[in-house]
Amino acid sequence: MSRDDEHTATDLSHLRGGEAPRNHDARTIAALTANPGCARRGVMDAAAVDKDAVARHLGFGAPFGQSQFAITRGNAFEAQVKADGCAELLALLRDRLGLDVPEVAYDDLESVGTESREVRHARTRHLMARALETGAGTLFDHPLLRLDIAGQRAYLEPDVIAFQLGGRFHVVEVKSFAVVDGQAEPEQVAAAARQSAVYVLALRELVEGLGHDPERVSHEVFLVCPENFSNRPTATPLDVRPQLAVVKRQLARLTRAEDIARRLPEGLTFALDEGLPEAVRAVEARYAPECMASCEMALFCRDEARACGATGTLGRNVRDELGGVDSVVTALELARGVREPSEDMAETAEQLRIAARLRREALGSGGERSAEQPLVGAQAPRGATDVLERTA
Amino acid sequence: MSTLTALAQLEALATGRAQPVATVRHCHLSEKPLVMIPLKLAGEAAAPLATMLGTDRDAPELLVVPQPRNRDLRFAYAAELAKAVLAHVEAERGATETLEPSKDGEERFRYERAPQIVVPNRGGVGFLRLLGRSTRFRSTEGPWAVDPAVPMLGRWLTWYADRNDRPGSSLLLTLTETLRLHWATGQSSLEDGNLGALMGWIDPPDGMDGPSAAARAEDPVACPPAGPTTDPTFDNEVLAPAIAAYDESGGAPRAEERVRAAVASQLRPTWDLAWRALDLLRALPEGASVPRRWERDRDSFTYFHREFAENPPQAKLDDAVRAARRLHDLERSQESYEAQRAFDDPLVMAEQRLAGQAFGGVVTAADPTRLDESGKRPKLRPHLWIRTEDPVRLDEGATVVNAARPGLKGRIVEIDGGDVLLELTGGMGRKLTPEAGVVPEPGLEVVFTSRTSDSWGAAKFPERDDTPWTHGGPPAEYEPADEDATEVWS
Amino acid sequence: MTAISESGAAVGNPGAEADRVVEAVLADLARDHRGVVVDSPPGAGKSTLVVRAAAHLAAAGERLMIVAQTNEQVDDLIDRIAGDHPDLAIGRLSAAGYAASERVTAHASVRVAQKADDIADRTVVIATAAKWATLTDGSWPWAIVDEAYQMRSDMLLRIAGRFERALFVGDPGQLDPFSTVEVERWAGLSWDPMRSAVSVLLAHNPELPVHRLPVSWRLPASAAPVVSRAFYPFTGFRSGTGPQDRRLELSTGGMGTSYDRAVEEAAATGWGLYELPARHTLRTDAEAVQATAALAVRMLQRGPVAHSERGENPVGADRIAVGAAHRDQVAAIRAALGPHAAEITVDTANRLQGREYDVTVVLHPLSGRRDATAFHLESGRLCVLASRHRHACLVVARAGIPELLDAHPSAEPVRLGVPVKFPDGWEANQAVLAHLADHRVRADT
Repeated sequence: MSRDDEHTATDLSHLRGGEAPRNHDARTIAALTANPGCARRGVMDAAAVDKDAVARHLGFGAPFGQSQFAITRGNAFEAQVKADGCAELLALLRDRLGLDVPEVAYDDLESVGTESREVRHARTRHLMARALETGAGTLFDHPLLRLDIAGQRAYLEPDVIAFQLGGRFHVVEVKSFAVVDGQAEPEQVAAAARQSAVYVLALRELVEGLGHDPERVSHEVFLVCPENFSNRPTATPLDVRPQLAVVKRQLARLTRAEDIARRLPEGLTFALDEGLPEAVRAVEARYAPECMASCEMALFCRDEARACGATGTLGRNVRDELGGVDSVVTALELARGVREPSEDMAETAEQLRIAARLRREALGSGGERSAEQPLVGAQAPRGATDVLERTA
Repeated sequence: MSTLTALAQLEALATGRAQPVATVRHCHLSEKPLVMIPLKLAGEAAAPLATMLGTDRDAPELLVVPQPRNRDLRFAYAAELAKAVLAHVEAERGATETLEPSKDGEERFRYERAPQIVVPNRGGVGFLRLLGRSTRFRSTEGPWAVDPAVPMLGRWLTWYADRNDRPGSSLLLTLTETLRLHWATGQSSLEDGNLGALMGWIDPPDGMDGPSAAARAEDPVACPPAGPTTDPTFDNEVLAPAIAAYDESGGAPRAEERVRAAVASQLRPTWDLAWRALDLLRALPEGASVPRRWERDRDSFTYFHREFAENPPQAKLDDAVRAARRLHDLERSQESYEAQRAFDDPLVMAEQRLAGQAFGGVVTAADPTRLDESGKRPKLRPHLWIRTEDPVRLDEGATVVNAARPGLKGRIVEIDGGDVLLELTGGMGRKLTPEAGVVPEPGLEVVFTSRTSDSWGAAKFPERDDTPWTHGGPPAEYEPADEDATEVWS
Repeated sequence: MTAISESGAAVGNPGAEADRVVEAVLADLARDHRGVVVDSPPGAGKSTLVVRAAAHLAAAGERLMIVAQTNEQVDDLIDRIAGDHPDLAIGRLSAAGYAASERVTAHASVRVAQKADDIADRTVVIATAAKWATLTDGSWPWAIVDEAYQMRSDMLLRIAGRFERALFVGDPGQLDPFSTVEVERWAGLSWDPMRSAVSVLLAHNPELPVHRLPVSWRLPASAAPVVSRAFYPFTGFRSGTGPQDRRLELSTGGMGTSYDRAVEEAAATGWGLYELPARHTLRTDAEAVQATAALAVRMLQRGPVAHSERGENPVGADRIAVGAAHRDQVAAIRAALGPHAAEITVDTANRLQGREYDVTVVLHPLSGRRDATAFHLESGRLCVLASRHRHACLVVARAGIPELLDAHPSAEPVRLGVPVKFPDGWEANQAVLAHLADHRVRADT
């Protein structure tokens, strides 16, 4: 969805090689916090590369499908909460949270025909400006917000409501995961908190741009979810200060992608052509299994990391236990004592050798299992088996 | 996580097969566990879609909710499930042993057996917990009446889920966690959460190695996920049209059969996988402390079963006193479970040795009749010299116990390079000469550890009605409310 | 409403400022509150307050119980109370295996017993929380709970029946209590047994007055602002001494090695960062362990003399402590210290809580790590390690921690109803590192 108004500032857009930029939304922005150390992801995000398309082109499409049952449920729940000018939502805010919501006005900023996002954003600004000055308006649904992502203007079309109470705005986020007896899945709450933080940030920029104190947008957001096993909504206040700090930090950091990009080979692009695999490999990734939950490139990077025998594919904690030895083969050779450790690996080597001896001893005395499953099987790297026999 | 497990994972990568991280089985396996593979409807907290279950691998029972949004169908399913679970509970009870009466003369009993349930993964436990929560308060009378078995199911499922929180309990086992306790694979813990991939590494199909079997398991078409969440593509392309057809037909048997066939195709592979996993676990020799822990499970079961009729459903939330008691019990279980596993299994003890908290080696010299005569009365304090290659990280004066005979206690006198001088302080009998064979002789391999169990006494807690002001005072008594009994389940 | 005592701006006489807070606390004890909470940043006179409050209550004719968390802390308190108030009858309740330390036996006014009945006549009875929890009856009109932020709320539940009213004193910036099990079922409940005693107390009794001691008498002027900003962002404190009041003098010359330069930097400025080349290592990084031990020894060899409001005192081995995050690191450092290990305290952050030294040497929890975990980032850990000293703190770390923090994925799960914790570990680490960067001495290669 490329539009003329979207490429401003400095630009890594040449890295897209003519492909359309990926449209950021709160989810993709929140995902920036997931693996900030990854240069590959940083550069691709800063250049608004459509990672999903890249991954599919490489043959490693991300398995982020959504069940239509979940989508239907989510839509139905949201429609119910917002029906009749957010009647249910207001009742919740009043009764459940005890908020004193005096008079009510509901403005839906979405529903005007086919106007451009610029126009819609202007309308959001206009209404917000009036609200900030006169206190007019209570609920602003679908505000169209804007945030600069590494010099690139991103529009956010949140399914959230900006709720004005006592001169302050709160983000109201409607989610369809259940809150059972006051508890919800911590990962889902965390994802919601990160997204809300992005909206708070964008709202604050807007408020500040209108010449008001950005603190008029509260760090307290309201999460509206189905309660227990019903469709009845419940509202829970959520303090998103930690997530705000993280999102701000990571947005500031994205500009560093330019430094990385500058060191890339001349003319490199992520165009969806035959040069793509090479182009992607030219930027270093920092793969960890957690990437699978948040990055479209994860399957490709995992395959790459496995192919080069990186210990990181086993998890961050495993790599940490190996004291920074990145290669599976090196670690195994150190454990078996067939490789003279460099000075910086001496301790890890010692630890691994002791671990190998202890395993050998324990499995030897364990009897049955070691016979059934030899420590080193037929596919062991060359040289490994005979060394073990020698040292045993 | 330790270097030892990390090394096992590296070996798994090198060999293309999972590697053992235990030499014995650390959980109890009943002869007839009830295997349950639940599926829920995507996007809902605990809307059941189907469950494949049974104690006979060749005859699984399949319970399906052909339209998961239909409340009546859900409760019909819950009633069916309840019958299966309650039948299992009654069938797996066995005879009643009468035990020594307690100190205050109360009669005590223990059932000979206890009903074990096995689910594929943690998600399965979470689903059963929520299903328990959503059914245990239902009323069996009045306008929203459900089958009397439904709230009973809710209470049993809640009890099972609570037992699963307890370290070392085997009443509700999750296969992925249990397998990971015994094998390390060449993939990350995240990927091990996929039962198919995990089993692929441990026991790949003929002609495949771990990595290729795991890769195959990640393809939801070849290997449907083990639940409770379904594959979105299956939902969209198979399940949704089948349910729509069921709706259109007005609930015709043929349409229902189509939904059943669809979910059966998703469940059957996991069912077979689950039984294969049980075979693998069963092949391992049982750890020495497993019967003792299973006895605690049986005690808990006996108590819950015998008091079932008297008690109301478990409260939605623990009050302050119950929470504190439960935490105390869990921490106690955790500590003794960890200690017992190490005593049962040299490969687990190796973790402590690598961390320097335990050490093993050969006895190089012994003075088994040494006496300490510095006090009023002489005390038997044999000396033991042990040569070890382990990286001992214990202070002089540290208390240690023998891994093979935890009753044998000692104190480290001196560590000089690889030589440890130990003064034995207890567990040798009451006389001034040690009982025969108790003090290890030179040439013997021994392991001593500083991590001991049972350092916890029973703790005292206030009565619920005495909850102090610091914790909000006594909580209101829970009264099952109409609201709970009729809670919307949509 | 939570009443917060006014500490005023950081001008004027710190002694008077602190006195005002103490007076306000004592005045509150005479009012109708069931409880009074006093937050005490590192070295802000917490023990002094406990001693004064105990004497104050005793003088008013009240019997009181004192709850501390460890036997060590109990004995310390007994020593101080009995020393300041020799006429006060003190009982020390202890478990069977306890051997009274010299600090206790030296005071004639202290009686040690295993049963509460045996010391029922004592005005003040002191024991660990664990010992108090074994009592099922008896009641005291007042309790003073020390280190209340390090006590878990389930422990408070077990002992709260023994007292009518209580003064809770502790440091909110140090390590939170922990559990060996991971259970989510109580997350968000106001009586979550894993939360700290104070947090549960205040959740149920939000009207209780909360005071804050405003002045650190331990931390020098070079450290108080750093620690205050990094770990107490909303409740700052100041140092009781000015920049000129403390001086660490090295009486022997050095040899110009990087160890010497780091020791000199720390002596001159109060902070030193001894930086080893970047490298990912095992936790027991031999080079870092070696450097940590060597710096402690070199400090000692340089004959440090502390000049302070307490006069001029040579800094002996007993006034130097070494801190680390993990027990295996502690063991390794002890081994590296050789004969000095008998004199220099080496311990984990957990065990260094509440203790005070002239000079500390700290192995940075993130040194050599490739990824930071929640454990490593916990702000309380670094806070304890960076706030034990009266004169100087020397930190040993491998280069690369800023990059590690930079690459840290922030995807912590969020539980509904659980109050957000401040300061954020990431921010606190960043703040301390930024300060240390100005005191960096690179290791000789």
